[in-house]
Amino acid sequence: MKFTLSWLKSHLETTATLGEIGAKLTSVGLEVENIEDPGAGLVGLIVAQIAHAKQHPNADRLRLCTVDTGAETIQVVCGAPNARAGLKVVLARPGVTIPSSGEVLKKGSIRGIESQGMLCSMRELKLGEDHDGIIELPADATVGAPVAGVLDFDPVIEINLTPNRVDALGVRGVARDLAAAGLGKLKAINDAPVPGRFVSPRKVKMALPADQAHKCPQFVGRMIRSVKNTESPPWLKARLTAAGLRPISAIVDVTQFLTIDLGRPLHAFDDAKLTGDMGPRLAAPGETLAALNGKTYTLDAEMVVIADQASAAGIGGIMGGEPSSVTETTTSIFLESALFDPRNMSATGRKLQINSDARYCFERGVDPTSPVTGAEIATRMILEICGGEASELIIGGTAPDFSRVIAFNPARVKSLGGVEMPGAEIKSILERLGFGVAAAGEVWKVTPPSWRADVEGWQDLVEEVLRIHGYDNIPPIPLPRAPMPKVALSPQQRQVAFTRRSLAMRGLNETTTWSFLAGAQAELFRGEAPRVAIANPISSDLDVLRPSLIPNLAAAAGRNAARGLHDCGLFEVGPRFEGPKPGQQALVAAALRAGHTAARHWAGNRRVVDALDAKADALAALEAAGAVISALQTASGSGSSGGGGVPAWYHPGRSGVLKLGHQVLAAFGELHPGVLAALDVKGPMVACEVFLERVPQPKKAKAGAARQLLKTSPFQPVERDFAFVVDTSVAADAVLRAVRNAEKDLIAEVGLFDVYEGPHLGEGKKSLAISVTLQPTDATLTDAQIEAAASRIVAAVEKACGGRLRA
Amino acid sequence: MTTDNTDQLREELLAAVAGAKDAAALDEVRVTALGKKGRITGLMKDLGAMAPEARKVFGQKLNVLKDEIAAALDRRKQGFDAAALDARLGTESMDVTLPVRPEAKGTLHPISQTIEEVAAIFGVMGFEIADGPDIEDDFHNFTALNFPPGHPAREMHDTLFLDPAEDGQRYLLRTHTSPVQIRTMMNQKPPIRMIIPGRTYRCDYDMTHTPMFHQVELLVIDTETNMSHLRGCLQEFVRTYFGVEDLTTRFRPSYFPFTEPSAEMDIGCSRKGGELKIGNHGDWLEILGCGMVHPNVLKACGLDPDVYQGFAAGMGIERIAMLKYGIPDLRTFFESDVPWLKHYGFAALDIPSVTGGLTR
Repeated sequence: MKFTLSWLKSHLETTATLGEIGAKLTSVGLEVENIEDPGAGLVGLIVAQIAHAKQHPNADRLRLCTVDTGAETIQVVCGAPNARAGLKVVLARPGVTIPSSGEVLKKGSIRGIESQGMLCSMRELKLGEDHDGIIELPADATVGAPVAGVLDFDPVIEINLTPNRVDALGVRGVARDLAAAGLGKLKAINDAPVPGRFVSPRKVKMALPADQAHKCPQFVGRMIRSVKNTESPPWLKARLTAAGLRPISAIVDVTQFLTIDLGRPLHAFDDAKLTGDMGPRLAAPGETLAALNGKTYTLDAEMVVIADQASAAGIGGIMGGEPSSVTETTTSIFLESALFDPRNMSATGRKLQINSDARYCFERGVDPTSPVTGAEIATRMILEICGGEASELIIGGTAPDFSRVIAFNPARVKSLGGVEMPGAEIKSILERLGFGVAAAGEVWKVTPPSWRADVEGWQDLVEEVLRIHGYDNIPPIPLPRAPMPKVALSPQQRQVAFTRRSLAMRGLNETTTWSFLAGAQAELFRGEAPRVAIANPISSDLDVLRPSLIPNLAAAAGRNAARGLHDCGLFEVGPRFEGPKPGQQALVAAALRAGHTAARHWAGNRRVVDALDAKADALAALEAAGAVISALQTASGSGSSGGGGVPAWYHPGRSGVLKLGHQVLAAFGELHPGVLAALDVKGPMVACEVFLERVPQPKKAKAGAARQLLKTSPFQPVERDFAFVVDTSVAADAVLRAVRNAEKDLIAEVGLFDVYEGPHLGEGKKSLAISVTLQPTDATLTDAQIEAAASRIVAAVEKACGGRLRA
Repeated sequence: MTTDNTDQLREELLAAVAGAKDAAALDEVRVTALGKKGRITGLMKDLGAMAPEARKVFGQKLNVLKDEIAAALDRRKQGFDAAALDARLGTESMDVTLPVRPEAKGTLHPISQTIEEVAAIFGVMGFEIADGPDIEDDFHNFTALNFPPGHPAREMHDTLFLDPAEDGQRYLLRTHTSPVQIRTMMNQKPPIRMIIPGRTYRCDYDMTHTPMFHQVELLVIDTETNMSHLRGCLQEFVRTYFGVEDLTTRFRPSYFPFTEPSAEMDIGCSRKGGELKIGNHGDWLEILGCGMVHPNVLKACGLDPDVYQGFAAGMGIERIAMLKYGIPDLRTFFESDVPWLKHYGFAALDIPSVTGGLTR
């Protein structure tokens, strides 16, 4: 909302400076967005008078002026055609900042003649576009005086109105708030009835069905005839322009003006274009109306129109119709001042997509007493500017009763607001804001004024008191707290944080990607989950909630590759969406690697990332999330070990899942080349998804943090190596498991140190070299015992995997 | 055998040790002296034939001699070994100016780090952390937060809606973290001190808005907390978070449907020369919205507003991260640009704590 300082002062008697007004506005909750004060830049500029002006000896277009500054006489070179003797001018002396350039004026010489200052044009002072000549000040301006006091400026104030402040929709409401906050006195406004000279031939017809009468509870009309719809006077045009409106004609401008001045929208119809009685009714379904903005709207039966007996003349409280609009030739008008239901108004405006100043006011709720007072004030203005004579007011319906009593204990100002304040001061603030206060006993009876529909309970009254007192006068007190803080994070929250840091420790960069993506991409990762589509997406690329974190990570890696960063490791911890309802989401840690394990390097041992890198990421995340790694089983994507559970977006032969029993805790592998092609990114890429909430949590924290006692053995461990030849389809894990289970008590460590395939092993065979550490606990192992253990290991592998010792 | 003989033998053997030219020659000396058929060994063997008294005296002498020679041999050998090692090392060298083998350095995203910083500060003040679903219903996101249907403030939220669900409900992506206030108050009894970080969504995408962003919500409910505590709590927060001990704050009346009274908080800053600096420099920067929880919100959660009261506040994670770490563009948070992630990201072990240091 924009208005000028003089406009504000037409309602507020104050000696406050513009700066004080701005600070107070923000302090009472009418936040100043901007103050445009053209006079602020005119520091150091003074009124001077040209004593003589003669031709510059070296330039045809320049003049040499002798200028009286009030203190001395100086010489100024000037190119303006209107620089003439006797003229009062704006003089800038060296050292003064010129507003248009922002630069400090220096002493100079022009075409060989020294110039001791500059005579300024409007444009140079950023006061207008005029640059044809220098500013001609009034003849009575005092020579030597600051220019800021001579030129007439009207600073423009722009405030941000919060949606609750229905009272401040008009400049008058702003003035009232400032007066209440001690910045002056609210001036009286003449809203006395304008005597009607005749009885309006047009009556009000309230045609809303009884059950919807609330949509327009009151309609006030008045005919004004013999008007001359001229151009508005300059002051009115200036105020509308400052408010960002376009002056149209005096009658229209009066209604525009009062919308901003009082927060009271009105509408004037050309009376000659109306037929019969006027009033609100519901629109007929499909009824159309050509509105003032040049567009034609199709209405529905929920909407209220203002209609005569022939057709709709306006969309109630939103916009008038073109056919009944006033023009320069209008001589007789019908003025409408009505009340509309904010909710219905808002819905109508939304459906029709019309944002008008009238809608803005009505949907926040205007003063219910304003239809009558607004009509009187508007009539008085129109008669003053356009002449004519007014009919008596015609009124349909009644304004809703706004009177209510709020029980208010003033002690709440301290208990809720934190401010100690005497009761008298509290009462005074409320009364200055227009509230009625019956301050008897502990609990007062407070009645809000008609313009404060937003005030409902005692909490609102606390806010009113604090607002005017100043929020900055609320003393800050730290929250009382326990001597020792308790742990802020749940065990699971700590694990998520630890998971993040563990993945970062593995060289991955954490990223944050959208929760949504393009529907076509989501399809590739949806699996069994339903498609969760956004009804009003920001763009078609972001129209479905992500069923997996992988596509966004793959696209991110693709974007980095396009910028030349081919080796890239990213991770994200965030939700994937498994259904369209609250709670149908899972927290996933996903990591993705593309390109090589490292940059090219002299040591040369880099390689292309593979599924086991993703598996390592998954295991690190799982361990950080509290999973017992030794209890997990790996199932491969297509392998013989049961497969299943590996999502289709992984390479079927190079992927797997990590399971605890039947529960899949994580999936990992190389991403399916077909899927990558569909995402338009280059592979190979490997990735994992860890389902953090599936990691089982300890039932109850054990007593204390003590760990199990470390078991050590004084006896020498023995290491034995075995090489088993098995079918290539046999999972390494199956062999290792068989080994481990062969001598559960004796085997401390099993390692796989070589995997070999070669022609002399035979077709479809591979060799696995395994080291086994045997750790006795009772006595040093004898050769016989070692031999016995070795043969049990060999037998177990043979039985479980068909393996035999390599010859 | 006599003492003179052992003295002579000592001298001969020591001379031989000293005269050995290399490790092999020295070993020959050792065999000559101490080997199975060595001279000292030979003398030892003869001891058995001697009278007990003489054997005792002579035996002691021999032992002293043996130890002395062995020590001399060792010393000499160490000299040869050291020389051999020096000779070998002289031939061995590597270019230690070579770059080391690459190790990828991972990073944490500024959003995660900032959330942990915020949690660390409020944790000291006795807050716990809660979270809630990204998909919400109208009740939790709006109605219970005192946005009645048709309220203009609803429109300010630019809500992203989901396609109507099978149950006919029109679910939405939460426009703020405030619905978790409702879930918290409905699920636990006061006193409550909770912070709620999370993803939030609005249908808005330009220079300064992204369709997804993060907020952190604060909620305190008991019977005594008032606006002085709100101001004090938030002032302590911004001073700690920005690391400016005497940072000034400004409270302005504002409006949010779910708080009454409502306020916005500004912090001191300077914008001189187009550069934003946090501190007491005369200018103001809006940092967060807050207020006392609205009686209608308390009622919607089954709490009596004449008994229970408290405050709520909300701020943008990206915004406070941008301000603190000088990150110029909101949109870059979501671009996954690796150079950006490495530059603005945080080391894995950089864990913020109020006592251990919030920011490295």
